[in-house]
Amino acid sequence: MNTKDIRSYFPILHQEVNGHPLVYLDSAATSQKPIQVIEALEKYYKEYNSNVHRGVHTLGTKATDGYEGARDKVQSFINAKAREEIVFTRGTTTSLNTVARGYGDLYVEAGDEIVISYMEHHSNIIPWQQLAKRKGATLKYVPLQQDGTITVEDVQATVTENTKIVSIMHVSNVLGSINPIKEISAIAHAHGAIMVVDGAQSSPHMKVDVQDLDCDFFAFSGHKMGAPTGIGVLYGKQALLEKMEPVEFGGEMIDFVGLQESTWKELPWKFEGGTPIIAGAIGLGAAIDFLQEIGLDAIEAHEHKLAAYALEKMQTIPGMQIFGPMDPMKRTGLVTFTMDEVHPHDVATVLDTQGIAVRAGHHCAQPLMKYLNVSSTARASFYLYNTEEEIDQLTTALLKTKEYFSDVF
Amino acid sequence: MSFNNLDQLYRQVIMDHYKNPRNKGSLEDGTLTIDMNNPTCGDRIHLTMNVENGVVKDAKFDGDGCSISMASASMMTQIIKGKKIEVAMKMSAIFSDMMQGKDYDDSIDLGDLEALQGVAKFPARIKCATLPWKAMEKGVKES
Repeated sequence: MNTKDIRSYFPILHQEVNGHPLVYLDSAATSQKPIQVIEALEKYYKEYNSNVHRGVHTLGTKATDGYEGARDKVQSFINAKAREEIVFTRGTTTSLNTVARGYGDLYVEAGDEIVISYMEHHSNIIPWQQLAKRKGATLKYVPLQQDGTITVEDVQATVTENTKIVSIMHVSNVLGSINPIKEISAIAHAHGAIMVVDGAQSSPHMKVDVQDLDCDFFAFSGHKMGAPTGIGVLYGKQALLEKMEPVEFGGEMIDFVGLQESTWKELPWKFEGGTPIIAGAIGLGAAIDFLQEIGLDAIEAHEHKLAAYALEKMQTIPGMQIFGPMDPMKRTGLVTFTMDEVHPHDVATVLDTQGIAVRAGHHCAQPLMKYLNVSSTARASFYLYNTEEEIDQLTTALLKTKEYFSDVF
Repeated sequence: MSFNNLDQLYRQVIMDHYKNPRNKGSLEDGTLTIDMNNPTCGDRIHLTMNVENGVVKDAKFDGDGCSISMASASMMTQIIKGKKIEVAMKMSAIFSDMMQGKDYDDSIDLGDLEALQGVAKFPARIKCATLPWKAMEKGVKES
């Protein structure tokens, strides 16, 4: 499928913003939704809206099939061993908090270590910070290389026999760098620690195989991969999920309820308290079908091409500082940058007047910003629907931005 | 929207305050010290004020942020100096109305700050402009 065909499935892209055709370069924040996903949601609400796992009526059965069918799709999408290992959550943040509470509270003790890195998103920092505080454990950070990558040697030097949890992002939402998760998993396991992966920025853009990565937990969000907001996934190895306690208690997740004691449903439902995000899961299933039809390898290749093109083009702009590895093969399709003399928010405002949407700010990665010695950056992030022409438009607008600001003085 | 519309936002006077900020720094003998940030974007301001007998004797700011937030801080420290606290607070309320595009009380001259009127047309940037003022209000309320 070529990009033109792919774009035809995204109704939102065909509009003007501030008098210019929309150039949406903020997919790392949230992706746009293909018509297949929008229609799946519409169909659910129009034709078989019903609660799941309860009703014996026809709509209830259809809704349950849709919801549980989406779980099977997720299982195959990330190559999990069993469907029991797929827990639906609200998103990456909830997934990581579930591990910190459900696993961390049981197995981390005073004096233990939790290892993360300087490039982590806040959602992969704060749950561990809080866990460390609750337990009197130590939170340790793996340093970064000059080009914004993590080396296996640095992980080796940070992880010790006291480390209980290693939690690293698969792909950086700021630097775009792809981390060597398989090797890091091996180090974690060699020291008796578990490996948690924040997959928010990898699952939409590349083939993920949790068995190959040998991670213990893998968290990701639907909305960054074409699905609705409010649905996410926690993958966990079955043996670990079995041992964990639920973190939310109430309807749906129970087996028998007594006056003083209750028991929980089996996996994965013991982690899905309350009425689940039914439409969201069905939408996620539709998004997975859509992505798989195009092929994750094709999406990854397309993004590498865009990243390489953007890096090349943007470097021609004087005063442009680009963060992360300059080798496009070491990164996914996003470019984070600053421009001399022009603050990132001002860059984003000027681009917006040209119909170009980028992100500016700290990208929920304040420790990384501090590490990079910047308070804020701008980020253009690409997805399967972006084109080289759009990168040309970005480059032209950035040049105009630079001129505009030098003229004002 | 073309680049021309940007001129409403980035007036010459704003860029001048951004490039050549007035009252940049920190007061050694400040009676009020306030740190505030805009958690969504990372802009931060460190404001020190010297208030004696209900009058702002001096004010300085330090920080890191976009042209709008830093220019607003520069203009604010300039205009509140020598003013009674009540007047400074009143100015803050007027400025806030102006930023939200509401009708505002024009009985007090806001000087250079009038140049920030264009921000009202860029809703995403209103918080940038009001950050220093929110810091000032916080300092006064907590004192």
